[in-house]
Amino acid sequence: MIPASFEYRRAGSVDEALALLRQDPDGTKLLAGGHSLLPLMKLRLATPGVLVDVGRIGGLSYVRDAGDHVAIGALTRHRDLETSDVARSEVPLLAHVAGQVGDPQVRHRGTIGGSLAHGDPASDLPAAVLALGGTLVVQGPGGTREVPVDGFFLGFLETALGPDEMLTEIRVRKGAAGWGFQKFNRRAQDWAIVGVAAVVGSDPRVALVNMGSTTVRARGVEEALAAGASPADAAARAAEGLDPPSDLNASTEYRQHLVTVLVRRALEGATTGRG
Amino acid sequence: MQVTVTVNGVPETHDVETRTLLVQYLREVRGLTGTNIGCDTTSCGACTVLMDGESVKSCTVLAAQADAHEIITIEGMAAADGTMHPIQQAFQEHHGLQCGYCTPGMVMAAASFLQEHPQPSEAEVREGLEGNLCRCTGYHNIVQAVLAAASPPEAVR
Repeated sequence: MIPASFEYRRAGSVDEALALLRQDPDGTKLLAGGHSLLPLMKLRLATPGVLVDVGRIGGLSYVRDAGDHVAIGALTRHRDLETSDVARSEVPLLAHVAGQVGDPQVRHRGTIGGSLAHGDPASDLPAAVLALGGTLVVQGPGGTREVPVDGFFLGFLETALGPDEMLTEIRVRKGAAGWGFQKFNRRAQDWAIVGVAAVVGSDPRVALVNMGSTTVRARGVEEALAAGASPADAAARAAEGLDPPSDLNASTEYRQHLVTVLVRRALEGATTGRG
Repeated sequence: MQVTVTVNGVPETHDVETRTLLVQYLREVRGLTGTNIGCDTTSCGACTVLMDGESVKSCTVLAAQADAHEIITIEGMAAADGTMHPIQQAFQEHHGLQCGYCTPGMVMAAASFLQEHPQPSEAEVREGLEGNLCRCTGYHNIVQAVLAAASPPEAVR
């Protein structure tokens, strides 16, 4: 399978990428590692006229301790996040989840910025960043803006990123008391049929993979936890208000049941410190 | 567009269409057909090669992205005199293949994995090869081969 023809441009800096985007925002896509975009292009589900390769922009691959939060450059590959000492000690949930994405070959190429900008509800990292209450730093023609993750994922493969903007950094708070991650699939390397990223403590946040058109928070679970419910009682509310998709892997009802099991496991792992 | 890619130590410059995938470039432009195309959807790992020493699925990399980078394919593993790479040797000795279609990708994935995990457990090998599918062997001998290749040379014999 070969992508449709496109014009290939290479950006040497964020400013250059933004200038190239500005020429035809709707017909242009940014290419980082390419592990979300190229498969879509090969299937001709995406046929951008212009591809701006941002993968060689220097200085956008880092995991940095920034005081109360950890700052991650958008071009940081999953493998680099997974093995980062700063990520492992300060935001272990994120390092762990980065190591669960796809397979080693995918993690050698895919980037956190690409994964978030793609906005696939079946991806793991968007849920991890949502559970951690992260902030996304976005650059565009009007300068830099910070988007809280709660307002970033708007719909299926749709985010708050404008067509002339580029995600440049992800910030996640440090010091989560406990965390858990669960991913259920039937084949190695596959997307989660359902996944759960949970952060417990004074401000519990539970984010779900593949339970709707975007990654979503399990509000009922969070409320129950805040009110002091046990993991099992809180997990029973995991599917509240959610209408997950039905597909080859699982029906809507199956997912609604599975999510209660996985949330319970994630919370039990989090509260006992097993991760 | 023009790309200069070093494949198995040999740099060459070619004009390619922008949409050329790395696996097509390797097979059709460089004539290195040891890298197989299996699923063509980033799943099976048959097209795995090393890019700057790390395993990647060459069906999901543009030749343009490999411009100015170093690629190693299965043809680059054996020594110039034909002596097999220790991983190839181990696959032969442990019968880590049947039809052989997944083998080049398996060997390249194993090479990258062993760089990152020089002394892996069996469980780590199985997880480390999760990006490569084999439809013949049930994986048992592949895992044994990778474990053997990880051990000091005398243990492989």
